[in-house]
Amino acid sequence: MNGDGSLERLRREGRIVVVGASLAGLRAAETLREKGFAGSLTMVGDEPHEPYDRPPLSKQVLLGVTTADRTALPRRRDLDATWRLGVAATGLDMAARRVRLADGDEVPYDRLLIATGVRARPWPRPDEAELDGVFVLRTRDDSAALTRRLADGPRRVFVIGAGFTGSEIASACRERGIAVTVAERAAAPLVGALGGVVGAVAAELQREHGVDLRCAVMVTALEGDAAGRVRAAHLSDGSTVETDVVVVSLGATRNTEWLAGSGLGAGPRGIACDAGCRAFDIRGIVTDDIYVAGDVARSPHPLFGYQFLSLEHWGNAVCQAEIAAHNMLSESADRLPHMWVPAFWSSQFGVNIKSVGVPSMGTEILVAQGSLTDRRFVGVYGYQGRVIGAVAFDHARWLPFYQHLIETTAPFPPPFPLVDRRPDGQRPIDADFPDPSLPTHGPTVTLSGYSPADRRMTFTPAH
Amino acid sequence: MTQSPLHQILDYANRANPYPIYEELRRTPVHHDADGPYVVSTYYEIRSLLHDPRISSDARNLASTASDPLAESAEEGNTLPPSFLRLDPPEHDRLRRMTNRPFGPPHSPHRIDGMRGELGDIVSGLIDGIGDPGRIDLVEQFSYPFPVTVICRLLGVPREDEARFHTWADTIAASLDPDPDADPGERGKEANDARMQLGMYLAGLIEERRKHPRDDMLSHLATAEGPDGAMATMELLSTAALLLIAGHETTVNLVTNGMLTLLRNPDVLRRLRAQPGLAVPIVEELLRFEPPVQLLPQRTPLTDIEVQGVTIPKGASLWLVIASGNRDPKRFENPDRFDPDRRDIEHLGFGSGIHSCFGAPLARLEAQLALSELARRLENPRLLEDPPPYRQNAVLRGPRHLPIACDGIRP
Repeated sequence: MNGDGSLERLRREGRIVVVGASLAGLRAAETLREKGFAGSLTMVGDEPHEPYDRPPLSKQVLLGVTTADRTALPRRRDLDATWRLGVAATGLDMAARRVRLADGDEVPYDRLLIATGVRARPWPRPDEAELDGVFVLRTRDDSAALTRRLADGPRRVFVIGAGFTGSEIASACRERGIAVTVAERAAAPLVGALGGVVGAVAAELQREHGVDLRCAVMVTALEGDAAGRVRAAHLSDGSTVETDVVVVSLGATRNTEWLAGSGLGAGPRGIACDAGCRAFDIRGIVTDDIYVAGDVARSPHPLFGYQFLSLEHWGNAVCQAEIAAHNMLSESADRLPHMWVPAFWSSQFGVNIKSVGVPSMGTEILVAQGSLTDRRFVGVYGYQGRVIGAVAFDHARWLPFYQHLIETTAPFPPPFPLVDRRPDGQRPIDADFPDPSLPTHGPTVTLSGYSPADRRMTFTPAH
Repeated sequence: MTQSPLHQILDYANRANPYPIYEELRRTPVHHDADGPYVVSTYYEIRSLLHDPRISSDARNLASTASDPLAESAEEGNTLPPSFLRLDPPEHDRLRRMTNRPFGPPHSPHRIDGMRGELGDIVSGLIDGIGDPGRIDLVEQFSYPFPVTVICRLLGVPREDEARFHTWADTIAASLDPDPDADPGERGKEANDARMQLGMYLAGLIEERRKHPRDDMLSHLATAEGPDGAMATMELLSTAALLLIAGHETTVNLVTNGMLTLLRNPDVLRRLRAQPGLAVPIVEELLRFEPPVQLLPQRTPLTDIEVQGVTIPKGASLWLVIASGNRDPKRFENPDRFDPDRRDIEHLGFGSGIHSCFGAPLARLEAQLALSELARRLENPRLLEDPPPYRQNAVLRGPRHLPIACDGIRP
């Protein structure tokens, strides 16, 4: 128990506001109630929908196995919350402890949880992005709209970006028998997350399933017809692809603009927080009443050199939300760190892809089990002589073992025999990640000026 | 202790309630007596070993000094090749994948659920035929014939032939019981003979299905040409024998243990009667509380590995006591309490990792249908003997008979 009883008061009659009514927001709210929070709980969400699940949106929904409006997240318990759905948060007054809403309301809080997540990065040219037939895929409405268009039987779908979402969309289109072209700036799909060795496997997989995959090209322009419908995409290699549907899959932007000027350490890379999910202000001082969880959070991970990682992973959102909720109601000695080992999955072209750790930190890869040729393997990533990540293609049941290697900083390459170790798994090879000095989809931040008074941060957006 | 924990597990005197021994055993997460197997009994250690690619299921990786009373092949060439249960990837993966094509998703997503009506009819028929409600042997009259009929239908084995392979199945299952006092050579030979005879029986059946395929698994396995090609005939025989025996010796115990547990927990039985959907969490909790497969005695490390400070040497025989892991208080709150409302129930009843139970979806559905229907139809059921007499087998543990009585059978 704390001396002044303030925590008891908070639990009994405090006000907690959760901004962001998606997976992290919902799980945090449920955890708060589970831990006995009896005060007022306000859930703010900019979408009009109840919290829903996103992984099916680029998979089962596009395939018509389920519909976008049937993806509501299951509730673990009754929340007894005030829901402010369809209203975005527009500002934060840290001193007065109030959140401003788009409809002019202000909601006071004793504790605030920010879980505003990310949104799809749009096509950078607004006039082209507005053409009929150009989509992004992040929300339930995006998925429903794209699914309707796929049902109309387009002649061809053009996907910009062969990351996980782009690849899943291409996979769903092929499964529905729709012609697909995928354009990727890197040399292969999934290269940013998994490197070129695994990317080459993904490329083969796409081509074998009939995807017209164009790598190492950029899309220079989208062209519409007189009626404002997209009709073609132009590529940097001079070619043109006729298409009725374009899906822009260029990753995500963190929803932090509403915090501009609030004094919170929020920027295009997310909101910095400590391992206990407490947000930093711009001075690098940790707040005591503002917590962050989910895709929008950036927190230091001791296992990965205390790097500030933002993870757009389903499991991370759940775990971080639970930790944030616990810590909000706890004395400092009882707080828990968010030590989740990154993990994500994808399903495309009939292959189940799962990863643990941070493969993109790896420099080398060892095919520890199975074989790249069979497209059934576990690839282990090494960084400075230790295991830092692993990816499995149709081999996910082994991953807990590799997670344990990562957690215990096991040596790389693993020095012991394994079942299903093949000739191509005898020696590690360069994992072939893109040169970090080359431009990527991410924005760049630079500092200029000499004295603390005139030091400035310049933000260079992507594109 | 006067007896080693290993002997105590295998001692028939402890069959009805092995859980106090497991509790004792968990004090030493990795137990090892001279020349014996390394016995692992705690939840997290078992779980991690089941996902450890340094652990092999292939008997050929056992050191010659390690006693393996369970080796399937005593003499090369005179028996069936190992089933995928006793193979490592990539052979394991290939055979399991091919077997799965006519059985489960993604190629046959509705095979099991499509049997729901048929399973319901079999259950009803067996309950209708019970006769004198004053003395029922639930094993003989219900829990044995039910899964056996189901596996025969699924595979396409004529039910009339059941009597023929009942004996083979018994012998093979008995060989899974690692009796340290028995002569391993003799037992191995008996089991091999039984497998061989079963194999010859199945070979005839498969030959027939190749000529006249039907919509059963044997026909699909015998004729299908997937991306992995066709199964070799010997592989097909091993696989079919595995499925047939697994279908004989496991669900029987799940259903019997289930009814026994329900009769010992009448409040839960009452709830199930009112709410048949409760069968789903009840079966999950049963798989934790009284798993039909108590331990997995078929693993060996490919290299020296360290578990809880103990080095298990390459080639050693490794036993994973999943029934003990399922009652590990470090993992489950009040582990010795049967609680179908338990939310956190990631049990090891079906194993875990690449060898996790192939038939799990079928076993779940069978047990759910059986228990909810027994609860609904038996009027005021009660145990006539507690504990009931058990089978000899310590691995596939379950009552040999379950004498019960009730006031009547509801329509």
